[in-house]
Amino acid sequence: MQYFHSVTLDQTKCKGCTNCLRKCPTEAIRVREGKAMIIPQRCIDCGECIRTCPYHAKVATTDDFASINKFQYRIALPAPALYGQFKSTQSIQQILSGLLGVGFDEVYEVARGADVVSKAVAAKLGATDNKPLISSACPAVVRLIQVRFPELIGNIVDVLSPMEVAAKNAKEEFCEKHKVPVESVGVFFITPCPAKMTSVRNPIGLKKSYVDGAISIVEIYGLLSAHMKRSDFTFGGPNASLKGIGWANSGGEISAVGNSSALAVDGIHEVIQVLEEIENGKLPNLTYFEGLACHGGCMGGPLTFENAYVAKNRLRTLMARAAEREPEIQITAKEEQQDISFAQYIAEQPAMKLDENITKAMYMLENIERITAELPGMDCGSCGAPTCRALAEDIVKGNATEMDCVFRLKERVKNLAQQMIDLSNMKK
Amino acid sequence: MANEYIIREKYLVIANDFNAAGDASASIKTTLKKIGVNSALVRRISIAAYEAELNIAIHSEGGEMVLLMNKEDIILQANDHGPGIPDVSLAMKEGYSTAPETARMLGFGAGMGLPNMKRCASDFQITSEVGKGTNIQMVFKVA
Repeated sequence: MQYFHSVTLDQTKCKGCTNCLRKCPTEAIRVREGKAMIIPQRCIDCGECIRTCPYHAKVATTDDFASINKFQYRIALPAPALYGQFKSTQSIQQILSGLLGVGFDEVYEVARGADVVSKAVAAKLGATDNKPLISSACPAVVRLIQVRFPELIGNIVDVLSPMEVAAKNAKEEFCEKHKVPVESVGVFFITPCPAKMTSVRNPIGLKKSYVDGAISIVEIYGLLSAHMKRSDFTFGGPNASLKGIGWANSGGEISAVGNSSALAVDGIHEVIQVLEEIENGKLPNLTYFEGLACHGGCMGGPLTFENAYVAKNRLRTLMARAAEREPEIQITAKEEQQDISFAQYIAEQPAMKLDENITKAMYMLENIERITAELPGMDCGSCGAPTCRALAEDIVKGNATEMDCVFRLKERVKNLAQQMIDLSNMKK
Repeated sequence: MANEYIIREKYLVIANDFNAAGDASASIKTTLKKIGVNSALVRRISIAAYEAELNIAIHSEGGEMVLLMNKEDIILQANDHGPGIPDVSLAMKEGYSTAPETARMLGFGAGMGLPNMKRCASDFQITSEVGKGTNIQMVFKVA
């Protein structure tokens, strides 16, 4: 089956500018014939290009809100990042109630799934010598590891993401409570990012995702705000602990897992730097690594409505209010005992190698080195590749020519012109 | 002998330049990944390359890293000019370090560099001459 990508290009809006080229952490974008194109094997759906594109030509495919109507019963699975999006919110309860207002029959907080995952990860940490374990929560980071750091796949903690755990438990609880068949229930994740959408279609650690669809926060924002005003607070939650809700922020996960030698890093380029250090054996005392592709964590997702820092501050206020309740919410023994380990291992998908044949790859690399040395080294992007080196790689792979470089072309034209002059002088 | 290697890359390492220290091993790692060397071996070579590069930056007056490669072997050489090592067998002991305070403040100098390199490589050779410099050659088997 072909790998689904949420991040795609809207051809009609793309001007062929090079803004996105250098921002892509896996060099997955090329501009060809005036339009950007995404190399699917390399794309990790992080959404950096969506954030960067001044013409909004990079878009995320998510499910329409109307798709919930395909199911008789619908459950909303709000990411905790949703809680910080609204200007005049009184409480988290108000937002959750609003979700019932827009047409969902039930709301199950992903933050509760995070509570279950926090305990499971803490248990795994106590039972392994494999250090550091790497969080499996951010699908863009998991895919980054598959594509660029395959050696670290074995370090990804063998625990499903809070989204999957929440979806699984939401379905089970709903079916049991209402005595309805599981096929009649649709579970929809309210997502801050395209990578989560991708992970619904290409699940991590599972054959099939428990989630039936993903609706972006920006899509549901308007409708939900309207319903929140009318809402009569029909939902009884929140049913997640403050630590579970805190997963929306960078560092929230390690604080919930409670390990002192853990490290949280946000921003895909920063995550890459630290993964390089882990791969080089430079962080021998690190036990747990939480890497989130977006600055500020999920709050900074490209499909959120509000600025990440504003949203973070709002969530802090809401959490302070929720903290007044007593006692703090705990997960049940049943939730704690359930098996949320991976049902299927994560496979390597190395997209950086030049050829399957190692000898051929070596010769290709030598050619790349030679061509790179002849290119200007300005990394201007005019050729459509992010760097001169990337152009050299494209040339060797047969996807570009040296004349795609405007500087090489200028040189060539100059030489040709000189030859013409010389030729005409000879006739005289 | 020399031209049987398909890949021959050379990287300069400057003494005490902690901004650039790590660049050579990062390039070596990228090269290995591009070629499709299996990931466990990439990691071993990366660790060895980084330790060797840092040793040149911390202890020597500068030097170079050389990567040679054919389909059987990957050879990593670290050659520097500098004070050399008076007692190589002592330097090979875990925990033994002569790193200056400036390097220790940056978290280096735990005395694990040379033993780590030896552990990573299939074959490890070190020669050193006081007042001249140190040459390390590590061989990694591709298959």
